[in-house]
Parts: sequence; structure tokens; C-alpha cells
Amino acid sequence: MTKLTDLTIEQALNGLNNKDFTAVELTQVHIDAMGVHKGLNAYITDTPELALEQASASDVRRASGDARPLDGIPLAIKDLFCTNGVQTTAASRILDGFIPQYESTVTQKLFDDGIVMLGKANLDEFAMGSANTTSYYGNVINPWKRDGDDAELTPGGSSGGSAAAVAARIAMGATGTDTGGSIRQPAAFCGISGIKPTYGRCSRWGTIAFASSLDQAGTLARSVKDNALLLQSISGYDAKDSTSANKAVPDFAAALTGDIKGKVIGIPKEYRMDGMPDEIEKLWQQGIEWLEAAGATTIEVSLPHTKYALPTYYVIAPAEASSNLARYDGVKFGYRADEGDLTNMYEITRAQGFGEEVKRRIMIGTYALSSGYYDAYYIKAQKVRRLISQDFIAAFEKCDVLLTPTAPSAAFAIGENEDDPIKMYLNDVFTVPASLAGLPAMSVPAGLDAGGLPLGLQVIGRAWDEETVLKVSGVIENLSGFKGL
Amino acid sequence: MSLDIKSIKKVASLARIRMSDEELERISPRLSKIIDFVEQLAEVDTDNVEPLANVVDIAPKLREDIVNDGGYEEKILANAPESSQGYFVVPNAIEDNT
Repeated sequence: MTKLTDLTIEQALNGLNNKDFTAVELTQVHIDAMGVHKGLNAYITDTPELALEQASASDVRRASGDARPLDGIPLAIKDLFCTNGVQTTAASRILDGFIPQYESTVTQKLFDDGIVMLGKANLDEFAMGSANTTSYYGNVINPWKRDGDDAELTPGGSSGGSAAAVAARIAMGATGTDTGGSIRQPAAFCGISGIKPTYGRCSRWGTIAFASSLDQAGTLARSVKDNALLLQSISGYDAKDSTSANKAVPDFAAALTGDIKGKVIGIPKEYRMDGMPDEIEKLWQQGIEWLEAAGATTIEVSLPHTKYALPTYYVIAPAEASSNLARYDGVKFGYRADEGDLTNMYEITRAQGFGEEVKRRIMIGTYALSSGYYDAYYIKAQKVRRLISQDFIAAFEKCDVLLTPTAPSAAFAIGENEDDPIKMYLNDVFTVPASLAGLPAMSVPAGLDAGGLPLGLQVIGRAWDEETVLKVSGVIENLSGFKGL
Repeated sequence: MSLDIKSIKKVASLARIRMSDEELERISPRLSKIIDFVEQLAEVDTDNVEPLANVVDIAPKLREDIVNDGGYEEKILANAPESSQGYFVVPNAIEDNT
């Protein structure tokens, strides 16, 4: 018999409905597996008691014919979503021990749909990073290894704990957040799929803010269909977030027809970068061939401002972060250094509470917003952001989705790329542009590199058209025949 | 452009982050590198381009100007490092001149 931890969410829901197993059994095998894979450090806080309680409530509902859409499915929740009564840290010392007194909208919606929470997944501190090496609670380890090499690899970031947990089968799926690639890049590094929907599709209420004009919740799972099921649950208008969209949420799973005949796939020529590894280039070409074989046509398109996406992002995201993180002052919640007068207390609390990367970004953001520099950096970046967004709008007059690699490499070793911040930032070169334009984008695993590590392809769609993104990703998933861990 | 230690010190003070001289020395080249990197934006022609703040065409909705939340002082204070009689407590901020 297939191990319960090997099932997809879709298969598990069938199994639960057929009474092949109970939600308590399904949850228990995941809790046991979490113990075995403790070394991955995928979770900051385990919640096994809560999980079993939720699972048995789920079994009662199912027995009385009241099963909800995701009833009994054990998930990992990125520790950036506030969970009522369960420690929520953003992987920062400054929030160590913080117990939210309210529930984020995203987790509330998942609980309303019957999910079981296994724990709070590790991440880069305040979601700032691409390797999950900035967490106060330690690095997350990628469950994948290079062939014949035991070196510990990064799972990517910032949703590194979420991605590692799903890949290692210690969660059936996970929530993530994506500000510049934080769902898609770790999904690619861990050989799973993950989607960032359109900005405004999911409420940001109760999600700890990093860069408010970019942050968007999304999902990670081992199949495109599972992502569709999870995304269904977390999407929709919320009066508590005025930037959430009052738009009807389509049936995402129903979009997975496999039929992409007549669809036009745009290949952005600016994404063919100098020095890109051959195998990434090859995989991209393979993706083009798969989609053509399935009846789509491909055309080359141009996104002329692509090279300015990263510099734009590294003004806007730190600027918004410096403003959002001003709230951590040792007064209302979180860590406080008991030092002298008020100003000393603020400055030492923040010096001790924040890690290096977070401080660096707060400093850049403070500088970019400071008097005399605001127009030259922040306003300038917002103008370039409009040009980047207009590039996409023009491209989508000629095509339905864009196909690109997700990341410029496979997972790298922990500690690599740490010497130079720009080198680390380049990890997000293919994911940041869609974030700046607020567009839905998905990474789907498509193959392995020469070292046997997973590589992902990214599908970017028009605003509000997650359906086509999922549909095209589903075709890639089918044709690639990718086998996870 | 390279950021000198004096400017970085000022930014650290604006950001309310205490930094030792040694930390300032360490962070300086990294910050300068990032500033250099973002300065390539200057070469983009943005005449007549409006800054983009709201990325999708959703106009934020105004809500009725009524109180619809509140009344849970205990929850608000639950995570406070120090509180007393319904207030957050901070170190002395106003000098006693009596």
C-alpha cells in the first residue's frame, strides 16, 4: 500500500471519503515523519496536539456528512501568518514568544475548510532572503542532495521551511508568501510546485508585513491540482484588507483541463541571460517543445525593462520594509532590551532583535526614504515599476502566458552566495518582475540538473488569470513526468 | 556612490538601530554595493511616467465611518513586555522638572 505521506491532497481527500483511513491516522503519520526529519529544521513550532485535536474534529464532521473541502488535510503554515494562540515569530528574535490574539484571514479560511495545522514553518527572517539562512531559529536544510555529495543545500527562500516540509513529505501542502519570489524559488529548489496569485487575490490581514505593495500569500504542494485546491481556500475578498480584490474567485481546479490548444505562450527574450547555465537553457527549450506538442504556439516577446526589475525591487521592498518594521520598538509586543531611557531602549531592542539582513534592508529603506533622497530613489523606482508593469501589459496583447525558468540555478550549498548581497539577490532575477507587476506566477518542477537536483519552470499570467497559469503548469507537470523525492 | 560612515550613522539613528563603530565599518561596503546597484535606475528615462503604487486596478474601498472593532484591552496588552492598569509601560521619556 502507498504510504499515507506519499499521497497528494487530492488522493488523501478521496481516501478519507472512502474511509480508507481517518484524518487522525493521516495526521499521526505526518507527526511521526516530522520527528524523523527534525534535522531539516523545517518547522519553528510543532503543534502536534492541536493537529490531532483538529483531526479528530474533522473525523467527526466527515462521519456526520459535514465534511468541508479540505477536511483533515495536514498542512504546514509559514510562520509569517498570525495564528491565534500559537507562537508566530516571522523567524525573528524580535517576535520570539509572540502569541497572536487573532487569526490571519488566510489561516482562518483554511481552518474553516477543515485543514489540520502540523506546525509553523521556518522562513527567512521577516521573509527577507533567498536561502533560508537568515532565520533566528537556524537554517532550513533542503531534503534533496547532489548526486554523490552529502553537502547540505539550501531549500531557497523565503518560504524555505514550507517547501522543504512539502518535499520531504512532512506536510501535504503549505502556505507561503511571495514578495519577490519567496514561493516560486523555494518550490523550484525543492522539486515541488507553488503559486503566487495576483496581488489582491488573498487578504494580507494578519500576515506579518514585509513590503505591503508586493506581499502576497500563496501555496506550495506536490501537484498543480493540490495547489489549485489550496488556493481556492485562501482566495477572496476580505473587508479587513482594503487592497484585497472584490472579485469572484473562479473554480481553479476546474481550469486543469489539460487543453491548451490555441494558447499563445510568450518567451521573453530578455530572460536569456549571459552566463545562464546550459541545462537551464535546455530545460526552458524543453518546456517550449512540450507546450507546442500540446497544441500551443510560442512566440518571442520583449520585456525591455527586465534588467531594471531587481534594482527597482531593492529600492521599493526595503523602503516599505523600513516603514513596516518601525512597529517593532519593544513597547507593544515582542522582545525588549531593558536599557536606559526610551531612545536607548528603542535602539538597543532593534539592534538585538533584528538580524543582519533585516537591519541591512531597514537601513537601505530608511536611506531611500530620507529627506533629499526620496525622489531620486523611491519615486524613481516607482516610475520604473510602472514601465516594468507596462512591458507585461504590452506582452500580454500578443500572448496568454509567459514561460521562463524559475531561478538561474538549482539549489546551492548553504553558505554560498553569502559574501555578496547582489549575488544572493540575483536568485530572484526571474521572479521579481512578475511581483513588481502584481501578476500571478507559478513554478512547476520540470527536470533535474546534471547533479540530480530539481529545476523549475515559471508560468506568468495576466492579472486575475490564475486559471490559465494553472492550466499551462498542469500540462508541463504531465509532460515532464517529474518524480519528486 | 559610497556611503561614508557619518551618513550610515545618521541612517542608523533614523532607523533607531544602535550600531557600534565596528558594525558600521562592516555594514558600510555592503550598503554601498547595494546603493551602487540600485543607482542604475538613473539611466532609465522616466519623464512623463507616473509613479506606480497600486499595482492592480483595484480602487481601495472606503468603509462607513463607524466603530466596528475594539473592546479587547486584555488582548492588546497580552504581548506587551510591560503593562500596568491598562497601559503600555515605557522607560521614562519626559524629564522630571519639579
